[in-house]
Amino acid sequence: MNLLVAQAQQIEAPEIDYGAIAPLLIVLGAACISVLLEALLPKHQRWAVQLVLTLVTLVGAVGSLILYATSERPEQGVATLAGAIAVDSPALFLWATLLVLGFGSVLLIADRSVEPGGAFVAQAAIRPGTVQDRAQATKTGMQTEVFPLTLFALGGMMTFVASNDLLTMFIALEVLSLPLYLLCGLARRRRLLSQEAAVKYFLLGAFASAFFLYGVALLYGYAGSVKLSAIATAAGGTDRSDTLLFAGFGLLVVGLLFKAAVGPFHSWTPDVYQGAPTPITAFMAACTKVAAFGGILRVLTVAFENTQWEWRGVLYGVAVVSMVIGAILGLTQTDVKRMIAYSSVAHAGFLLIGSIALVPDGTGVSATMFYLLAYGFTTIAAFGVVSLVRNSDGEATHLSQWAGLAKRSPIVAATFTFLLLALAGIPLTSGFIGKFVVFSAAIEAGLMPLVVIALVASAVAAFFYLRVIVLMYFSDPAPDGPTVTVPGAFTTIAITLGAVVTLVLGLWPTFVLDWAGTGSFLS
Amino acid sequence: MTPTYYLLLSALLFSIGAVGVLVRRNAIVVFMCVELMLNAVNLSLVTFARINGSLDGQVMAFFVMVVAAAEVVVGLAIIMSIFRTRRSASVDDSNLLKY
Repeated sequence: MNLLVAQAQQIEAPEIDYGAIAPLLIVLGAACISVLLEALLPKHQRWAVQLVLTLVTLVGAVGSLILYATSERPEQGVATLAGAIAVDSPALFLWATLLVLGFGSVLLIADRSVEPGGAFVAQAAIRPGTVQDRAQATKTGMQTEVFPLTLFALGGMMTFVASNDLLTMFIALEVLSLPLYLLCGLARRRRLLSQEAAVKYFLLGAFASAFFLYGVALLYGYAGSVKLSAIATAAGGTDRSDTLLFAGFGLLVVGLLFKAAVGPFHSWTPDVYQGAPTPITAFMAACTKVAAFGGILRVLTVAFENTQWEWRGVLYGVAVVSMVIGAILGLTQTDVKRMIAYSSVAHAGFLLIGSIALVPDGTGVSATMFYLLAYGFTTIAAFGVVSLVRNSDGEATHLSQWAGLAKRSPIVAATFTFLLLALAGIPLTSGFIGKFVVFSAAIEAGLMPLVVIALVASAVAAFFYLRVIVLMYFSDPAPDGPTVTVPGAFTTIAITLGAVVTLVLGLWPTFVLDWAGTGSFLS
Repeated sequence: MTPTYYLLLSALLFSIGAVGVLVRRNAIVVFMCVELMLNAVNLSLVTFARINGSLDGQVMAFFVMVVAAAEVVVGLAIIMSIFRTRRSASVDDSNLLKY
């Protein structure tokens, strides 16, 4: 009791740097307003109002981010909210990436021209296969709760990459995951697959976050604090057993690698990517990847840099497993969405190489962040194209249905070819520059064998991208094959944004590379 | 009682939960096992708070409880919707997505 009273007297309200966390506050605040609107507005107005609110929010958040980034701010960043949130150069870079990728995803989510009424179910409570379900599949209007859910997920991701202690990181992890579980189950067509994806993602995600949390508890026992810098200090010399440190680190990293869909923790990825509505798959593939690797980079750099010789071997192995699984299993896929999912597992392996290349000048971190940005834009555009190829019962994702697509729609086939080449890492695309900078950083950090394995894995992966290209250009289209929908403005903008950024970063990457390399994590 | 016993108990509960997730077939029971894992973590957080002589761990346990409650809401909604469709909550029946 005395302890409690003594502590209560010491508590002071923490200083809050509102300018620094303005983007975060805008996104999360708008998410709350969006929930209210959902309750108050009549049904026919919701889609338009929610869409405008969401887009204005994202633009406003980017605006306040630019305002803060260009203002007078401390070079090494600030820790605000009692040290829970660190706003430093990498956090600002990742926030900007997340917001712009989120903007692209929201455009895909909002599109109602490709699928009348949008890609989302009109009423999630309707049982699949019933009369009401067949009626909702053709009726216009979609569950507009997807907008607040997307904003909450985005807010969670932004908190995740900036969190300076493990408790904040855990809360942010849940704030980003819980909306995603729900979003996965809201597809308008093939609802059984969609619901199954949601169940699988939810059960495995909850399992992984329990591991993450146990890791946090053990590290708290080790360091006496969950602050990343306190763990780094404790690892420098403490009387506690190292078992706590390494068991905690292992469990923590399992949770993080699960979210990032790396290597042996990838088993949910293909199922969820295939079952979820395609705009949500795009959102997950781009933004969740950025958030998860942002978190991994921060944890490894700030908390565990001085113990890297103990854990580097483990993550080395994980990166190899991830690249091999992604490249080999990608070869056997017959579904476009599953194929891109396995490609994302292989890409997660490449990203992990960059994350463990902790060289003193920070090129590993900046290279990985550049790769994340480049990969995110390419993936959003790729899933945007996937959503256009349709037949009477929704998207035609089976590879055989893509045969001869170039004859039906040369522009779509050409765009998809370009995006696949970017994923494969062909020069003149951002994928090549991304791989180049990550592998250079890895060589600098003495990870030569890993780079050789990565190059072999990219070559194997290039085979299954090229297979799709050959199929699109050199096969005859099936007579009852799918049609290519002419996209409305939203999907067109999202695909163009992704493709243009992929091209521009392939030709002039310097600007973004410089920006990614401007500062290091606040420790 | 030394606090170490509580840590061992917490590790034991966590392992029981983890094994339960892997071997049980009903989605609800799987989910309850996840909750058991979270509560095992709470026990170790509180024990470490006692060992460290700070209140941080106890406050964290509250955060975990709130998160677990939010997770129940989302999880049961998802499990309910698939149960209404399939008339079964077995995780073995959800097998449309594979390979």
